[in-house]
Amino acid sequence: MNKIISAFVIGIIFGIGLTIAQMVNPAKVLSFLDLAGNWDPSLAFVMGGGAGVAAIGYRLVLRRPRPILADAFQVPTRTDLDARLIIGGGLFGIGWGIAGLCPGPALAVLALGRSEAMIFVLAMVTGFALFALYDRVRMKSQ
Amino acid sequence: MENFTPISALIGGMLIGLSAVLLMLLNGRVAGVSGIAGGLIVPVAGDWPWRLAFVLGLIAGPLVYIALGGQLPDIQFPVATPLGLISAGLLVGFGTRLGGGCTSGHGVCGVSRLSVRSLVATGAFMFAGFATVYIIRHLMGA
Repeated sequence: MNKIISAFVIGIIFGIGLTIAQMVNPAKVLSFLDLAGNWDPSLAFVMGGGAGVAAIGYRLVLRRPRPILADAFQVPTRTDLDARLIIGGGLFGIGWGIAGLCPGPALAVLALGRSEAMIFVLAMVTGFALFALYDRVRMKSQ
Repeated sequence: MENFTPISALIGGMLIGLSAVLLMLLNGRVAGVSGIAGGLIVPVAGDWPWRLAFVLGLIAGPLVYIALGGQLPDIQFPVATPLGLISAGLLVGFGTRLGGGCTSGHGVCGVSRLSVRSLVATGAFMFAGFATVYIIRHLMGA
């Protein structure tokens, strides 16, 4: 098995998880974000279940000297807080609150052929590209 | 709270956590969808194939779930206007890249490692999501 096959299979498991958790349904996500309305706390259980399994699993996996199919673990090490982190999180949250879609579920619903998802993903990829452009301009000006 | 589905949310969340652990164990990578997909915008030789494979797996996930006999959840887009979807998609795409992660990379993987940056970013996008839905549904009455 190589890194490409493992990534594909893991992507499928991720997509099945999003489907079972109903995160692919924007109405469900928005009812979680609607604290003052008919609040549905389900999504807290998705994040809790995910982070719980990852907390235990990462602890076991990171005891290994290296991953099975790659040379080294690539785990973020930064601990500083900067404006980009908070502004980026804030902009993302506004978009999430408007449409009820974040990147994983937006990609997972693509194959279901809904035009709303296709429009959203096209705009999201444009947003990725605008960031790449912004980052390049900033790097040059420094 | 009649739409509360804690069991399926927990099972789906745990599958997402499992894929995060497997991606670390096998490929040594964090399962952050915005980072994996956003890294395809400026492809790096040797680094893009696994990213594309993960994204394709994610897209295939719901179809595999159906093929295995699973029942798709109801999928509704409360915001379905092109203006709403495009502005939300741009904000999600740019914001997740600026903030270095989304619900999966920061919200599940980072939170599980108790990363300070991920805890702050998760707080920022959750707060912005709650505030946006409050403004749209309860102040603007949409």
